[in-house]
Amino acid sequence: MVVEAPPTPAATVAPPRHRKIPPAVLLIGPSVVFMALLLGWPVVQGVLQAFKDDQGFTLEFVNRMVQDPYFWPAVRNTLLLIVVMIPLQFALAIAMALMLRSNPRLHKVHFFIWAIPLALSDLAAGLVWLAIFNDRGYLNSALSWFGLQGISWLAYDNQTSMFICVLIAELWRATSLVLIIVVAGLQGIPKDYDEAAQVFGATFWQRLRHVTLPLLKPSLQVALILRTILAFQTFAVAQALTGQNFPLVVGETYRWYTGLQNPNVAAALALVILVVSMVTSIFYLRALRDKNQGGLR
Amino acid sequence: MSTKVDTTPIARQKRNRFLLQAACIAVSLFMLIPIYLISLAALSSRASLNEFPLSLLPTNLSVETLTGFLGATGIFGALGNSLIVGAGTLILAALIGVPAGYALARFSFRGKDPYQLFLLFTRALPIVVLSVPLARLFLTVDIYDTTYAVILLHTALALPTTILISASVFLSVPIDVEEAARLFGCSPLGAFGRVVLPMALPGLAAASIFTFVMSWNEVLGASILTLDHRTLPAQVLSSLSDSPLAYRFAGGFALVIPSIIFIALMRRYLTNMWGSTIR
Repeated sequence: MVVEAPPTPAATVAPPRHRKIPPAVLLIGPSVVFMALLLGWPVVQGVLQAFKDDQGFTLEFVNRMVQDPYFWPAVRNTLLLIVVMIPLQFALAIAMALMLRSNPRLHKVHFFIWAIPLALSDLAAGLVWLAIFNDRGYLNSALSWFGLQGISWLAYDNQTSMFICVLIAELWRATSLVLIIVVAGLQGIPKDYDEAAQVFGATFWQRLRHVTLPLLKPSLQVALILRTILAFQTFAVAQALTGQNFPLVVGETYRWYTGLQNPNVAAALALVILVVSMVTSIFYLRALRDKNQGGLR
Repeated sequence: MSTKVDTTPIARQKRNRFLLQAACIAVSLFMLIPIYLISLAALSSRASLNEFPLSLLPTNLSVETLTGFLGATGIFGALGNSLIVGAGTLILAALIGVPAGYALARFSFRGKDPYQLFLLFTRALPIVVLSVPLARLFLTVDIYDTTYAVILLHTALALPTTILISASVFLSVPIDVEEAARLFGCSPLGAFGRVVLPMALPGLAAASIFTFVMSWNEVLGASILTLDHRTLPAQVLSSLSDSPLAYRFAGGFALVIPSIIFIALMRRYLTNMWGSTIR
């Protein structure tokens, strides 16, 4: 995918109040050049790297990627994680934002605590939950204080519990991003609408369904796209919790690049992520727009 | 005649209030307990980490695990690299991004809409896609495995967000004050430096912290672009498979603590980051 830097011709359209021609080109220019070099160019190179060897065009790297025994499990795990996590995360974040809006005691403290994971990397989250979920970790310790037998949550043959562990760690870490966007969106909605609906006797669920959520749609759209794209990039959390036992696509890129020293297959894997991210973003944009058009029913 | 007052709505409201408080506390506990436990693990002695079941209360505190982690090869250098990369990214992103954000906020120019779309698109660009080709580029220009390489990558990643946030910050500075400064004889640059910048500074500072956090947390690109000059997360990741649990817990703790400080620093601006970005 070729990203052309947008043209920056001489700034002709200036607000009439400025007598001089504003130097917008000078201000915008460096960023365009920088991003073309460090964002546009690598994408082009990435495509070439994945499909070209010394002789020319080749599908060898794609074949090697697909035939790798870890590839399809990685794709499956990544998709499964996203499909299960995103709805949970949004339900949780919206609930949390609504809770904050009804001004509970100490709501500033709560908001601060809920925002802490925003500044955490997925590696840190993985290590934090490793302390809890490992065989001799805090969860099994707590269970044994209650006289219960612990489980090897992260064992290789226990795919389900492994998945749940990764899911919980990601829910813990990344829900705050959605929360922040939803809270910001809620701040932009005057409370009048909600109160009007209340006066007319709408129940909580009716108000949520017909007043709050439709008004939140722009924020939710931003959050959905951002969060899904970031979710495709999750890997260190699984790496920290399970090692190689729960492969994810980006983790495979890392393994091919650092472990197997094959940048070409790594580039092919990266392209998979790029294509899937693009397709999902476009899907979200279309899906939410279509609902907008039919929203008057 | 005594009138009976129906107290059920009040009772219901009371119950709802109580449930609300309880739910808030439950969520806060879910967020805090893991942080408490990683701190506990990092501050326990090696011997007590080998016991089972582990004590859930801080009965056996020691800094042995932490000092062991900090003394491990590469950690101190990695910490320094992380700080250098974070500061470098912050400065470079601000130098390139803030002027562009100002232009977006104040001027209308041809190509503004495509430019903004381009920014949104680059925000969606996964880090992996960039890292692998950039590694090759940096090898050819001989800055592979340096902090400069990581700074360049992180700046590229942070730039779209920096531009959009600083644009929204400048939009919130009324244009009138700038015009007033011009009327009183300031040059455009003077009006910017003396009037607009001081008013925009808190917001820009928050944006910079955001950039720093992004760089501090970024794992994949930093691990791909460096071998010996790793940042802290990259160093922890690369030594993950062959390190004892105590080392990993201390590493987790070292990554968690700064994030609490970051959020405390920018808590006032958290929602502004996303609320008023121009679409």
